[in-house]
Amino acid sequence: MSDDIYKEIILDHYRNPRNKGKLTDSEISAQDNNPVCGDRITIDIKLENNVVSDVKFDGEGCAISQSSASILTDMIMGKTVDELSKFTKDELLEELGTPSLGPARIKCALLSLKVLKIGTYQYLGTELPEDPEN
Amino acid sequence: MGLSNFHDIKKDFPIFSRQINGRDLVYLDSAATTQKPIEVIDSITSYYKNCNSNIHRGIYSISIEATELYENARNTIAKFINANSSREIIFTRNATEAINLVANAWVSANLKEGDSIILTEMEHHSNLVPWQIIAKKLKLKLNFIKIQADGGLILDNLDDLFTDNAKFLSLTHVSNVLGTINPIKDIISKAHAHGITTLVDAAQSVPHMSVDVQNIDSDFFVFSGHKMLGPSGIGVLHAKKDILENMEPFLYGGDMISNVSLREAQWNDVPWKFEAGTPNIVGAIGLGKAVDYLDNLGMSNIHKHEQELYSYAIDRFSDLKEFKIFGFENKDSTGGVISFSYSDFHPHDIASILDGESIAVRAGHHCAQPLMEKLGVPATTRASFYVYNDESDIDKLFDGLQKVRSVLT
Ligand SMILES: Cc1ncc(COP(=O)(O)O)c(C=O)c1O
Repeated sequence: MSDDIYKEIILDHYRNPRNKGKLTDSEISAQDNNPVCGDRITIDIKLENNVVSDVKFDGEGCAISQSSASILTDMIMGKTVDELSKFTKDELLEELGTPSLGPARIKCALLSLKVLKIGTYQYLGTELPEDPEN
Repeated sequence: MGLSNFHDIKKDFPIFSRQINGRDLVYLDSAATTQKPIEVIDSITSYYKNCNSNIHRGIYSISIEATELYENARNTIAKFINANSSREIIFTRNATEAINLVANAWVSANLKEGDSIILTEMEHHSNLVPWQIIAKKLKLKLNFIKIQADGGLILDNLDDLFTDNAKFLSLTHVSNVLGTINPIKDIISKAHAHGITTLVDAAQSVPHMSVDVQNIDSDFFVFSGHKMLGPSGIGVLHAKKDILENMEPFLYGGDMISNVSLREAQWNDVPWKFEAGTPNIVGAIGLGKAVDYLDNLGMSNIHKHEQELYSYAIDRFSDLKEFKIFGFENKDSTGGVISFSYSDFHPHDIASILDGESIAVRAGHHCAQPLMEKLGVPATTRASFYVYNDESDIDKLFDGLQKVRSVLT
């Protein structure tokens, strides 16, 4: 693993995060953290007719975790709840441009997806799988 | 003796002949674990090649040789920390196991509901969690010596903590995050005046400075072999002999007994009564070799070497913008550890980018989450030095940190 995980898209979203902030009265809202490094992410989603009409993330942590959250929020705008629940880590990692992050950093990259899954499953009232981000 | 005397030392450590991404390894994580000199590695292969056998029971030559090597390692270690007798040295897996041994075999037998254990706010999780569990089980209280902003302990109100109910004190000699050296001799002598039994977590002191357990006067004293050039899987508990003799065993089975019938057993003498089952024979032998190696360099030279590296690093890093060293103001430091923050770059990003330059540093909470809370950060980046580090490692770290800034801004 080396600094080539810091692709331009990651650095761009790290320096200029999209959809940063909070939403009040959102239908989906969840938070989680990565206990090893203290990364923390909250995602709020507003739905209209079961479709994501607005989304914000908030949090703190490393460039990988925060840019991945920013990129993820861009990707899920306009998606249905069903699509959210089926969103795969490969889709996100492909967008990040770093399919081979290595075991030490993959958790940072997938924290936002984990939060999205927690929120979506909660909303649907279905049981969360053991590793929801995988 | 200064930096120059340690100059060719990297040659003694085979790992430094390895290239990573086409570059030499810059290893700055010795507070986590240290690299091993060839003498230690050779002692391990030599044992397996020449006299592998079980100890303490064979009547044949190779078992007698193996037993001798194992027990000689005990003697070497006893001398190294100036124990009164090698009978006071118990081999464990690591510092953590030694602490658990004391928690289970001594504290659980001697403390009762309402008693309290004193710890500090700078402990490694391994000197915190075992006490939380014992405290819950026996309904004991945990009280903490507080830490101040510069990384030193607040010691002027010890009398408030050392109450009649306080029965046990466990504290670290040197902080693994800040390198702070605690004045343990004073603290222990005050504790003893209140009848409090003491344990010193010496995992970060024994590797870096000369220690004398008789002078420190601790009742229990623990450290890990892998942090002092020895193999992993071997650690040491030192305790005063009369305490060990009055203590029940921790684990039960073979080797720790003197006589067994179907319904009962008598215990072996100390220290063997605390070494149930076949021990890490080769680990002890390797640790003995590591101690020989350290002794040869001289612990005061090692301490001086680290302090010189520390000063060199402080000088170099003073040019870096927004670079902050935690515990910097504290004068009582081993010099072996620099925990820092750098602008608002996250430690994981710093460590990842440095890894791209083949520089190994630690990023995270360093198994000391309560201390991180105190410092007001979720994590720090830590560079830690040992005998094989030199100015060129610090120069490379400096260049790496400039690369961090150029990548992230
Ligand atoms: C101060 C301190 N105590 C205890 C330990 C635990 O050592 P081990 O994991 O070898 O048991 C460490 C290791 O990081 C340490 O730094």
